[in-house]
Amino acid sequence: MGRTLFQKIWDAHIVQARDDGLCLLYIDRHYFHEGSFHAFNMLKARGLAVRRPDLTFGFGDHYAPTTARDTATIDDPEIRGIIETFEGNARAHHIRAFELADPEQGIVHVAGPEQGLTLPGMTVVCGDSHTSTHGALGTLAFGIGASEVAHVLATQTIWQSAPRQMRVNFEGVLAAGSSSKDMALALIARIGTGGGLGSAIEFAGSAVRALSVEARLTLCNMAIEAGARTGMVAPDATTLAWLAGRPFATPVDIADLHSDAAARFDKAVTLDATTIPPMVTWGTSPEEAVPLAGRVPRAEEAPDEARQKAWARSLDYMGLQGGEALGDVRLDRVFLGSCTNARLDDLRAAAAVLRGRRIAVPMLVSPGSTPVKRAAEAEGLDRIFIEAGARWEESACSLCVAMNGESVAEGARCASTSNRNFAGRQGRGARTHLVSPASAAASALAGRLVSAA
Amino acid sequence: MEAFTTLTAIAAPFDMNNVDTDQILPARYLRRPRDERYPTYGFHDQRFHADGRKRADFILNQPPFDTAGILVAARNFGVGSSREAAVYALLAMGICCVVAESFGDIFQSNALKNRLLPVALPEATCAALRVALVATPGTRLTVDLTGQCLTAPDGRQHAFTVPPFARECLLRGLDEIGLTLTLADSIVAFEARHASRSI
Repeated sequence: MGRTLFQKIWDAHIVQARDDGLCLLYIDRHYFHEGSFHAFNMLKARGLAVRRPDLTFGFGDHYAPTTARDTATIDDPEIRGIIETFEGNARAHHIRAFELADPEQGIVHVAGPEQGLTLPGMTVVCGDSHTSTHGALGTLAFGIGASEVAHVLATQTIWQSAPRQMRVNFEGVLAAGSSSKDMALALIARIGTGGGLGSAIEFAGSAVRALSVEARLTLCNMAIEAGARTGMVAPDATTLAWLAGRPFATPVDIADLHSDAAARFDKAVTLDATTIPPMVTWGTSPEEAVPLAGRVPRAEEAPDEARQKAWARSLDYMGLQGGEALGDVRLDRVFLGSCTNARLDDLRAAAAVLRGRRIAVPMLVSPGSTPVKRAAEAEGLDRIFIEAGARWEESACSLCVAMNGESVAEGARCASTSNRNFAGRQGRGARTHLVSPASAAASALAGRLVSAA
Repeated sequence: MEAFTTLTAIAAPFDMNNVDTDQILPARYLRRPRDERYPTYGFHDQRFHADGRKRADFILNQPPFDTAGILVAARNFGVGSSREAAVYALLAMGICCVVAESFGDIFQSNALKNRLLPVALPEATCAALRVALVATPGTRLTVDLTGQCLTAPDGRQHAFTVPPFARECLLRGLDEIGLTLTLADSIVAFEARHASRSI
């Protein structure tokens, strides 16, 4: 009887299985960030210690300013306090934390893999929904809430019931000018933000095999936006080559880390990668996405009454009529950053579009990690961004979630390489359009929503 | 944790699909402690204008729904961010139960661990309930976790299921970490065999 890759990793981590199917799973890697204070408070209230500090790693990202690396210089006392609490909790429990000033600091889902801390076959959790990112390295990785974070800290385990198995195949050669971000948006436009609900997605097919590891990280990052528990790509030679030499990486035998030919998937979806164009979200849900070359839909064009109402609300919030060409939608600013799209390849793609030109609207670039920032500077990418007129700043979650003191203004329209365009996500009343790095750069040049093609 | 057995409360209709946790608890409140101001954070930007006045058009501002203990939503409630504070915000507003066709995975788990009961019922049932609540504001629903049924205004009982382990913890007011720690031997045994093998 065949098993999926997910099932193989699951089975290998069962500490105890109940008759009702609920399993206690062992966690190989637990990442945390500044939002963990609720969980550490729970531990303190119970007088509990962290069971495996050696498997636990912290990254300062959500509250980190992009303009400073010294906690003491942060003006906002609440932000400074949260960062100090994060650093204090790590120290008190003897956990390695990549703090604001650390040369290896970064957004957890960029820096963790980059450090070789996420390895094929692992179970990985973090109190952040984009933990699905790590599935790109062939891991069972998912986001959890504060109470579960406390549970993992105290026991190094978590109770889980197995999700359904879903396979998403991308076949053919990805259209030139399109990226894995466009693949993700095309998928979510097709299956909806509930399409993966209750399921673990395995991404497969020739177009996925052809993706770099960084591109796979982007794809798996967006799996949560389809409602999936997790997203995963089977590891291969590409994965091993990417991991080789990373600080914490150790050799892994990946021979059995793939779904068996006889494995059973409950659901399968196949997309033709050759026809996926550069995409953009127009509304307040990641599923409200269309090709950049197209038009904003009208509410009346929605396929059912519920979506008609939802689209009308989205259009109203986004200040769009419905029917206008995306290329006519004027932007106020652009953000290149986040755990979705701020790795070196993403910066290269954007820089290639900007080289020798000047942006028409303000643009903030926050590299996914401090090592990514250094690598980009070694290649001169920073000069390209600065000469184009963009702000080249430090690594943080930054405008993806607007928790570090900077946000997008009410009513302002921002093209963003992040993962969520929910109402108010980037600031109260902010209007977010999700795009790929190349599209973000092209849009910054035009001051309107366009692709690089 | 206080045990959860049955709840009878005013129910408010929340006729929206895909209610995301950014709506329920905007990120700028994630840093706040759970103090006396917490009741103001839930659905903040839908509840209040930028100048702080209450928005008359928001359902949970309209009496008697402003004292609701139960929300009857639609599809995919609690989608998006893993922020457990979204659950804290609903609890602080006095909401102890959300009825919906489906829930965001992480939200559902967070809810169960914090005594906010997620009740999944078919969308047709949710829709009918919402209609009844709009027709007769102030209608109370009874949610019985022991018998796993919800009693509608017309007296009809609708069965729902809650994952057994979570249900047990809620009914008995048990803490999950405490329960897992009683399995410490199993965890030690796993660690011993896990360290020496690759998958």
